[in-house]
Amino acid sequence: MIRTLSPFLLGLLFGAGLVISGMTDPARVIGFLDVAGAWNPSLAFVMGGAIAVSLPAFARARSRPTSLLGGPIGLPDRRRIDTPLVAGAALFGIGWGLSGICPGPALVLLGQDPLEIYAFLASLILGSFVADRISASGTPIAAEPLRGKA
Amino acid sequence: MLHQIIQATIGGLMIGAAAAWLLLIQGKIAGVSGILGGVVRGQPGAWRWSFLGGLIAAGIIARLVGVTASPQLGAEGLFVLVIGGFLVGLGTRMGNGCTSGHGVCGLGNLSPRSAVAVATFMATGALTVFVLRHLVSWS
Repeated sequence: MIRTLSPFLLGLLFGAGLVISGMTDPARVIGFLDVAGAWNPSLAFVMGGAIAVSLPAFARARSRPTSLLGGPIGLPDRRRIDTPLVAGAALFGIGWGLSGICPGPALVLLGQDPLEIYAFLASLILGSFVADRISASGTPIAAEPLRGKA
Repeated sequence: MLHQIIQATIGGLMIGAAAAWLLLIQGKIAGVSGILGGVVRGQPGAWRWSFLGGLIAAGIIARLVGVTASPQLGAEGLFVLVIGGFLVGLGTRMGNGCTSGHGVCGLGNLSPRSAVAVATFMATGALTVFVLRHLVSWS
């Protein structure tokens, strides 16, 4: 029960944070990325505030054998900086700059129900499957699956 | 501006707290693109549905209390929005993370990979807005 309920509450908290912070407003996001124009740096404080909390949590997680529910803690342990990472991040940034929406806010916006978000999410999911096809085709731009530290 | 900075900081602390507890309670990374990717590929784990349900519920509650989606959404036209969505899906899958996975969690985990990813998507995002706003200037 807690295993299923607690992620819902944490998703709710995460989503409320996105709304309050301004991350679900594409105009604010584009204003943040518009460094050469009327730059609005306020969204830098979202990542700053979030990391202020996540940093000690990850330090804590690294020194724990299991999660509080007793399962393994899936800490990403890859170190290699490779082509898929950089190419993927670059493409994501272009999409983010075009739309002003990243995946978390996209799901919150789904709840707010503007019609356009369905088109955005459908093409987002399509794009992720295209990435799988590129990866399966054996080109160097292939993403490895996330591995958990058991 | 100060008002927006305070909102951003409070929202950021909430986002960080949610990511911290998902990690410590469930042992999971709060990377939204990865969680969504798992759901649409039918990977097991009710926690994924539950977390995404919470995100959507936050939007529903926001709407109920009168916070409607920004009219700016799709202001550049549906075509730009759809291309943007496609690139967000392609890029986050290929690069294994988005603003939450690489930004909030990866930087919190002191991952050099995530530092490179964040610097890259911030740079291409800023460049894209620069080209659209100041070179093409249709908006």
